[in-house]
Amino acid sequence: MLTPEERAEIEAEAAHYPDRKSVTIDAMRIVQRRRGWVSDETLRDLAEFLEMTPDDLDGIATFYNLIYRKPVGRHVITVCDSVSCWIMGYGRIREHLIKQLGIGMGETTPDGRFTLLPIVCLGACDHAPVMMVDDDTHLDLTPEKVDRILERYR
Amino acid sequence: METPLTARMRKDGEPVGLEEYERAGGYRALRKALRGMMPAEVIAEVKDSALRGRGGAGFGTGLKWSLVPAGPDAPRPKYIVANGDEMEPGTFKDRLILEHDPHEFIEGILLAGYAIEGAAGYIFLRGEYTVAGERVRKALAEARAAGYIGRNILGSGFDFEVHVHMSAGRYMCGEETGLLNALEGRRANPRAKPPFPVVSGVWGKPTVINNVETLACVPHIIANGAAWFKGLSKSADGGTKLYGVSGKVKRPGLWELPMGTTVREILDLAGGMRDGLKLRGFLPGGASTDFLTGEHLDVKMDFTEVQKAGSRMGTGTMIVLDDRTCPVGMTWNLEHFFAQESCGWCTPCWSGLGWAERLLAAIEGGRGEPGDLEKLAGITKFVAPGNTFCALAPGAAEPLQSALKYFREDFERHIREKRCPWGA
Repeated sequence: MLTPEERAEIEAEAAHYPDRKSVTIDAMRIVQRRRGWVSDETLRDLAEFLEMTPDDLDGIATFYNLIYRKPVGRHVITVCDSVSCWIMGYGRIREHLIKQLGIGMGETTPDGRFTLLPIVCLGACDHAPVMMVDDDTHLDLTPEKVDRILERYR
Repeated sequence: METPLTARMRKDGEPVGLEEYERAGGYRALRKALRGMMPAEVIAEVKDSALRGRGGAGFGTGLKWSLVPAGPDAPRPKYIVANGDEMEPGTFKDRLILEHDPHEFIEGILLAGYAIEGAAGYIFLRGEYTVAGERVRKALAEARAAGYIGRNILGSGFDFEVHVHMSAGRYMCGEETGLLNALEGRRANPRAKPPFPVVSGVWGKPTVINNVETLACVPHIIANGAAWFKGLSKSADGGTKLYGVSGKVKRPGLWELPMGTTVREILDLAGGMRDGLKLRGFLPGGASTDFLTGEHLDVKMDFTEVQKAGSRMGTGTMIVLDDRTCPVGMTWNLEHFFAQESCGWCTPCWSGLGWAERLLAAIEGGRGEPGDLEKLAGITKFVAPGNTFCALAPGAAEPLQSALKYFREDFERHIREKRCPWGA
């Protein structure tokens, strides 16, 4: 079931579009912000609310990088693996994160604190390598700087 | 040297607020247009300014606006869509405007909306641009409260709304017809053209899609005139340009310079290569542009001259390849991106790019075979313009075909020695 707050927020966003279906992606983001991810049950409830089939909605959900169809940790780390970061040492940052967190790309730490994901270019290439933790962008990464950043989310 | 796009930006990193923007001449262009210019006159001024789209394709902005059906019988409502889905790898220019001078960009949307007799504008932002999203929303609220957005703007009778759409991330959303599908809440698959978006765009209505930097130029053109804007440039394309450099240079960064500044001048601002490194090549304007090399340092960075040199200016943000970085590895990284971001709509793209990526992974991993380079060259033809629905795959072919041309010995050495000489 969608909560009254979720419904209200989706309706408010839908009012910006002449066609109600256009709110689909906003609706998934609204629900995911509160629940962390989009479960099968959430997907079915949302599809009913948006008057579409769950399969149609899933086809949209799985298309977008930032909609999570599997559970994620309390903090999601997205590491840029595109070209400028690759040149500037993405590999070293990725290996360091894998070692420090004890998980591979696409995995979540056993305590549910962090999920580690690759992401495409984050548009901060003059400060490569770059990653985001949740909504915050972290620039000019070194292994030491990564350690200090992780500490802030513990 | 004038730098209209960035002159107001604050040193402390905070965005220019409404009052500060107005004190520096902001919303003067909107006032001028609404009080004294017909929509067609705004379009004519932008046409005369030689402003070309800053998203990469370089289409004439005034020309695009003039293709929108006008007059009492035109389909309505008409829309402006600001493309802020900055996802071209190596590109970090629109972020600067969105985060640091959002009103400049919003005033551009309002002027574009007035010019095409539009009803609303949608700002399409990539989901990762969280700071930009907050700042743009705040600026919109300020502009609305001041009477620049909404009904009867400045008493002119012109009504215009502006909304923000935060995307959920996919490179295809930057392709204009993919963007329209995403804005309608669908998968960002491309649409067939014609009809072009200026005739039938979002929700089937006439729609102008302009890049953020393009829109930010418009208030300056209307305030100061087309001749002034053309005079900023060192080339036939009008205005200044945000040029960027990333890679192993001493000072990676972004600079507003006259359109037509040479590659060498831009690299000099970046401090040249880091000590001990030499330049081997560069992508002039993002991942989907052909490599150029040290022979091309005197090429002027504008749409025409970079094309003559065999590449494209694209977004104007260069990615530099140094002599200690493996060109095969870099090409693999680029093709991995394009293969991953292919929407899967047409076969040459999803099949061809996936195949290219696997071949490049094999070559870089020491498993390449004789004949692989011919296969890669074949794929660049297989996904050439005309064979695919949109520009993603042809764009992916550009760095690949030029890497095969300029770094052929490196590819051959990987295959011959069955390893990456850089130890990757």
